[in-house]
Amino acid sequence: MVDFPLLTTILLTPIWGILVLSFMPREADKTIKMISAVTMAIALGLTLYAYWAYDVSLGGLQYIENVPWITELGVSYALGVDGISLPLLLLTMLVGFSTIFVSWNVEKRSKEFFIQLLLLVVGAIGTFVSQDLFIFLLFYELGIIPSYIMVVVWGSSERVSKEYAAMKLTIYLLLGSAFMLAGVIALYVNAFPAGMRTFSMQVLAQAHMMGNLSEDVQVFTFFLLLLGFGSTLSMWPFYSWAPDGYAAAPTGVSMLHAGVLKKIGGYGLIRIGLLILPLGVKFWAPFIAFFAVVNVLYAAFVTIAQKDLKYIVGYSSISHMGYILIGFAALNVISIDGAIANMFAHGIMSALFFAMIGLVYDKTNTRQVLSLGGLAHQMPRVATGFMLAGMSSLGLPGLAGFIPEFTTFVGAFKVYPLHTLLAISGIVFTALYILRVLANVLFGPRRAEFDTCRDASGVELVSLVLLGTVLVVVGVFPQLLMGMVNSGMEPVMALLVKLHVTPTLLGGVFQ
Amino acid sequence: MNIALLTSEIAVVILALLIIVFDLLMPRQEARRSLGYFAVCGLLGILVYTFNQHGASATVYHGFFVVDKFALFFKQLFIVATILTLLFSFDYIEGLTHNTGEFYALLLLSLVGMMVMASANDLLTVFVGLELMTIIFYILVGFDLRSSKSSEAGTKYLILGSAASAVLLYGMSWVYGFTGSIVLSEIAAHITASPAMLLGLGLMLAGFCFKMSIVPFHMWAPDVYEGAPIPVTAMLAMASKAAGVAVLLRVFLVAFADLQAYWLTIVSLLAGLSMIVGIIVAIWQTNTKRMLAYSSIAQAGYILSGLLAADAAGVKGMLFYAVLYMVANVGAFAVTTAVNNQYGSDKIDDLSGLSQKSPFLAVVMTVSLLSMAGLPPMAGFVGKMYIFMAITDKGYFWIAMLGLVMSMVSVYYYMLVVKVMYSKEAKNQQEFTASVSLRIVALISLIATLFIGIYPGPLAELANAAARSLW
Repeated sequence: MVDFPLLTTILLTPIWGILVLSFMPREADKTIKMISAVTMAIALGLTLYAYWAYDVSLGGLQYIENVPWITELGVSYALGVDGISLPLLLLTMLVGFSTIFVSWNVEKRSKEFFIQLLLLVVGAIGTFVSQDLFIFLLFYELGIIPSYIMVVVWGSSERVSKEYAAMKLTIYLLLGSAFMLAGVIALYVNAFPAGMRTFSMQVLAQAHMMGNLSEDVQVFTFFLLLLGFGSTLSMWPFYSWAPDGYAAAPTGVSMLHAGVLKKIGGYGLIRIGLLILPLGVKFWAPFIAFFAVVNVLYAAFVTIAQKDLKYIVGYSSISHMGYILIGFAALNVISIDGAIANMFAHGIMSALFFAMIGLVYDKTNTRQVLSLGGLAHQMPRVATGFMLAGMSSLGLPGLAGFIPEFTTFVGAFKVYPLHTLLAISGIVFTALYILRVLANVLFGPRRAEFDTCRDASGVELVSLVLLGTVLVVVGVFPQLLMGMVNSGMEPVMALLVKLHVTPTLLGGVFQ
Repeated sequence: MNIALLTSEIAVVILALLIIVFDLLMPRQEARRSLGYFAVCGLLGILVYTFNQHGASATVYHGFFVVDKFALFFKQLFIVATILTLLFSFDYIEGLTHNTGEFYALLLLSLVGMMVMASANDLLTVFVGLELMTIIFYILVGFDLRSSKSSEAGTKYLILGSAASAVLLYGMSWVYGFTGSIVLSEIAAHITASPAMLLGLGLMLAGFCFKMSIVPFHMWAPDVYEGAPIPVTAMLAMASKAAGVAVLLRVFLVAFADLQAYWLTIVSLLAGLSMIVGIIVAIWQTNTKRMLAYSSIAQAGYILSGLLAADAAGVKGMLFYAVLYMVANVGAFAVTTAVNNQYGSDKIDDLSGLSQKSPFLAVVMTVSLLSMAGLPPMAGFVGKMYIFMAITDKGYFWIAMLGLVMSMVSVYYYMLVVKVMYSKEAKNQQEFTASVSLRIVALISLIATLFIGIYPGPLAELANAAARSLW
């Protein structure tokens, strides 16, 4: 459609940034940061253009690029975005751009830090734009090793040592991905007979229609994928890496992990799970719905007991993943719409939350709720950011979090009324811990010990303004997001119509 | 008889002899680095010549010695491995001994042994090549006369290696006795599934597995790897193992293909065990070379698992993997050498603060280790995918599953190394130096690992052509 390889440019911009950075002298601290910021700004600009120029009425994959890569394996360098991946790509850019400014204060070995930060972003971009499973896999794990190094070198040890947290994060994600890889191999080998095999997601999606993938294969393969994407998404019981990892990581890494990298799990479940293995998804859906409720309620209860701000947001993000999972498990267009939109909204919200926590920690040197208080007096701007993120988190209408959650519940209620009711009750607990945190940290009497703390200013405001604006704009004009997501639902719709007659786990007892 | 087919082997022998002569002619006090460069240049010339033989598929000596794409693929692999090993170890070898000329000559002769193995088309030639390689390694492993560990390793390798060779030879004698031939294709024609035949096959498998350090025949590897001088360890890990793979493939797929039903199960168990033992035990190692030894045991398991497919796709995966394994090991051993030149020991702890002192070498080490672990976008990932897709096709999904899970476990101990390099402070503020040739080798390894990982097409095609020439 467009001759200009827009997506490749978006993908290559941060890679160029990395190359330039690796030849910079270590001492050129300011220049390194400027280069990172400029590359991300260019990539963000291009993504905004892509979002704006995407033809919603047409839908489907756009900005397609396709170059044969490894012909004997059926791998091609295929890029393309649709209504499902474009919001997530935009999310990656928004959060990635903010993290550069959030990390502006990193003085220690800044060259390595920014190179690895950009690597995390590249990994996320690659997974969202690739339409070939093999290329997807190349990018899928790109971020894990840099995350490990960043947590170990620049992280902080509070409740657990940063070495422990980093290793836990790495092992959980990698073991999950081992199962995912096994699933991909099983899918690849079974989808087509030797000679016709391909990694193209579009072609693999037709294997089901052609009857090449028997139900047994789909059920088994999707189970493997679920283990992999489930641990990326911090689905219960594979969640425990997340809070420790976020807490130990430097702010920028927490933002990217909670905001973006986690969403790769949800994206994979939809893009690879639902579109390629619908029978497998249908079989495991009741199972996922059950876990989704556990995610929401269990994590919410744990959050209530937390005293460390980062742990609160960490557990709360696990709880929110439950909403995405139940939207996915309900398997209808409305609920999946909600789930995808929620990924975007939650990504922005949690990134803003972590950015604000980082600011508070920078200035007060504590993240403990009980030792903070009355910060709104000294730091009104930080308080605004906190309020925006918190209100979006508990689903206040007018902010980005509301419409996606509402849509999810509307869609899911038809299918799993009991589960949905339980999940909705999670909002009450969310309100409980969010409001308590906001009250304890921001409001209350002015505390003298924080009088020396400066409010956010200069580059620190970038993330606040950018992410806060997005929360409000998407909240007020939800159609900007929902219209885009909905346009990506066409292939899903075609699948779902045919799914009703297929069997489901335990004959649908869970319904 | 076309003696031209033997040119590359003969050329390497002449090169080795020339080095011995020059070594004698040179004044005693003069530095021997020129000999090293001479060896490298000579090997480069031979490497270029081997491309000339491409497309050949002929035998000499009544079918005892074959030159085909399969053999050439391995020969080129061995030559490249030797060149790179020589390039990164000049400083190390000069610090090790005064008899550097001898060292280079011996290394080249072991290369001849490997090249003969790659071309061997009968059991006797297999044995001759194998012994040529192994006997020279006995000497090389114990080359560091100042270190008791090196002498101990040499003795250990000699005793265990001889026992393994005896077992192999005993197995060959059974096979010969029951088929009446030592040429592989004729064995295939007369093969029967008699118990005696299977005994011979089992003994031979054990002998080959010893060379490839497959569990449970791996006991020698950690001690020998730790004790031997680093370039020798590198050659043992990369080239000698690949040579074992070459003969194993040719013998089992050409001679014993009809007995598949009997050996496939055993091979699957051996491969699975190697992955598990190699990776689990590596976790507790504190010495870099010992850690790489256990990791090489696991890697051998991955390579061996490709044999389960028993078809061209599986062999292609194995050849592909052998190359990327060589490339990754070159990087890891080059960095180990640089660190050893600096501190004089091989503890993982010595890597502390490497990311500060030499960020480039730290990146090379990280990428090499992660390639062995099979993380995308490094080459190891593609290699594992090739092998596992081939064997999944033949119903060995469980091995693929096991391999993937174990490879992610292996990231644990590779990450411990990465952690030491990136988060620990350096032991002293001494300037870190590494020779230019070592840095170039490290750069080659880094670029090759990433290139193969991202664009595996060309290498896969080469491996594919080589694999097909077996049938």
